[in-house]
Amino acid sequence: MDKQEQVKQMTTIIADFVGHMAKVLPDDVQAKIKELAADEKNPLAKTIYETMKTNMKLAKELSRPSCQDTGVLQYWVKCGANYPLLGELEGILREATAIATQQTPLRHNVVETFDEYNTGKNIGTHAPYVMWDIVPDRDDVEIFPYMAGGGCSLPGSGKTLMPGEGYEGVAKFVLDLMTSYGLNACPPLLVGVGVATSIDTAALFSKKALMRPIGSHNPNEKAAYMEELLEDGINKLHLGPQGMGGDKSVMGVNIENGARHPSVISVAVNVGCWNHRRGHLIFDKDGHVQVLSHSGVNY
Amino acid sequence: MEKKILTTPISAADLEDIKAGDIIYLTGHITTCRDVAHRRLVEYGRELPVDVRDGAILHAGPIVRTIDADANKYEMVSVGPTTSMRMEKFEYEFVKQTGARLIVGKGGMGPETEKACQEFKALHLVFPAGNAVLAATEVEEIEDANWKELGMPETLWTCRVKEFGPLIVSIDTYGNNWFEQKKVEYNKTKEEVLTEINKHVSFIK
Repeated sequence: MDKQEQVKQMTTIIADFVGHMAKVLPDDVQAKIKELAADEKNPLAKTIYETMKTNMKLAKELSRPSCQDTGVLQYWVKCGANYPLLGELEGILREATAIATQQTPLRHNVVETFDEYNTGKNIGTHAPYVMWDIVPDRDDVEIFPYMAGGGCSLPGSGKTLMPGEGYEGVAKFVLDLMTSYGLNACPPLLVGVGVATSIDTAALFSKKALMRPIGSHNPNEKAAYMEELLEDGINKLHLGPQGMGGDKSVMGVNIENGARHPSVISVAVNVGCWNHRRGHLIFDKDGHVQVLSHSGVNY
Repeated sequence: MEKKILTTPISAADLEDIKAGDIIYLTGHITTCRDVAHRRLVEYGRELPVDVRDGAILHAGPIVRTIDADANKYEMVSVGPTTSMRMEKFEYEFVKQTGARLIVGKGGMGPETEKACQEFKALHLVFPAGNAVLAATEVEEIEDANWKELGMPETLWTCRVKEFGPLIVSIDTYGNNWFEQKKVEYNKTKEEVLTEINKHVSFIK
């Protein structure tokens, strides 16, 4: 296949997959919602979980976006340094987003700042947003498409703490958000926490944390322990689905971290709503694709 | 338990026995109404092009398929509530002027809406968010579309609905606010939870 043809094929696949993602939740999210629904005892919360299950079923059957807010598209790209379409990739993602918007259809969600108009195509200045990691000695590319809805983007925030506030300060920052803005962000949430050296580094990690499967753990033992402490702690608040009360509160807590300056410890939080539309694809150098997030999807 | 169904037009008396935390369903008409519609009415003094007196509004920006724009024919594809709190600063004045009885959205609202619900006998209700396909299937027909120049999310879509819900009462006509009551519980438990977590995270030594 020549390069041009490979670009075209990849664009078509990503556009189609983004449309699928809008309608069908990834395997881990579906399983977690069903698990939470089965364990729930509170009658109000049970009604809400039943509504969620019915919606997941209808969205698939009727082939419609499961939530009307199909978000602003973000792509986290872990690209092999030797991947042949490295230079074309950003253009491919942009084009695929525009196609998916039309053919799914997705809601028009890209508003130019300052000029304040909706582009009507879900593409605009720097949008869709692409977060790049270049991976040495690899010739394939991993792509995590994500639909960042307004409701779940709203709680996003961060703070650079003094080391004296410590990880106790990190825990307080996360929990305070859960009982304030988090309630409106469509719980049960997947909570992404970034811990690093500055507000931007922590914020980026908090978004990458949302790309990790529910139930996975940070490789650092202490960070994994903190994930567990936070998850158990937030569950004890009994926020329930929609924040209206229930047995549990969250789908999970994922922490991603990096080293810090001795004088600061930065924490940031991004949350994914229960309708967590995240995908995971791997393209090899020849354009063969593997879908890791959604079983039964093959190209 | 029998389904509690409200049908528009709704009177103050219809809402008397309904309390925060109850679940109801709506049959009749509901009009989507969000940020710009509220702003136009309250800040710019423009009259709402739809009469929602004794009716219902929905804080939502749906995905709508155009069947025939000239004939005003549309199909509801996906519709779910948006964050109601964004409309909080306008809602007292909005309910006062329009006489809407039901405000349906997502998450809680604040003191201005509580005041409106109590004074003008209205409810704020939550449609469990993110269930946009289910909600769309409960829309029988889009009967009218106004202020279309605002674009798809902000257009006022007037929908005929059948047993639209579940709608969970977040603020009742007595001013009881489900989310505010819950927040008191959550915040109390949060202090206990943090004390427990703090025993285990002294990683800086």
